[in-house]
Amino acid sequence: MVGNVAEAEDLTQEAFLQLHRKIATFRGDSAFSTWLHRLAINVVLMQLRKKGLSLISLDEAMEPTPDEGPSRSFGAPDLTLTGAIDRLALERAVADLPAGYRLTFILHDVEGFEHNEIASMLDCSIGNSKSQLHKARLKLRDALRAQKRAEEGT
Amino acid sequence: MKGDPGKMSCVEFQAQLPELIGSGEDAAAHPHVQSCDRCRALLAELETIAEAARQLFPSVEPPDEVWAQIESALKQEGK
Repeated sequence: MVGNVAEAEDLTQEAFLQLHRKIATFRGDSAFSTWLHRLAINVVLMQLRKKGLSLISLDEAMEPTPDEGPSRSFGAPDLTLTGAIDRLALERAVADLPAGYRLTFILHDVEGFEHNEIASMLDCSIGNSKSQLHKARLKLRDALRAQKRAEEGT
Repeated sequence: MKGDPGKMSCVEFQAQLPELIGSGEDAAAHPHVQSCDRCRALLAELETIAEAARQLFPSVEPPDEVWAQIESALKQEGK
């Protein structure tokens, strides 16, 4: 989620410290695994905010900028992504996503959380979670297409 | 252009896509997709990306020294 092993290790430690400090506040309203996951996500979110990354540029994400409006979704049909996508290429593209898109994409498409769970973890609406995910996939598609185009020398 | 979903434009259809996909409906069955090659291709690509995502980032166990540091930090907190 943070795209950096050393940072991920620091955050792992911080998550355990938070767990140690807050375990007494767990009231059993949700499954312990959900509570723990939320706590860990919060540690990541705090770190992203500390680094000045607008986590959920949710509002921003809802306003298409000129280069990411719906019209960008029409691509040349001859550049469709077919067959298997190169894993490393996709990982690189995910790492380049804005933080809010990346979190939503990883939570939903990689880790398998539902939109209502993501909305709860990220403290956003379910609609925003769906929108973030969609925009993340569109951006990944653009990035993978650009890479394919570069490889084909066009 | 409400009314006949088969006659909506690509922009209108794509504006609905996040909700359509997120709700778990079969977006490929939407009347617009049936008659629009580009939106059909778009959906297929987004699905390909979502499928590929499942292979990403296999869970990694932190190295032993991370656990040692955590243990040490927890002991410090407990003092």
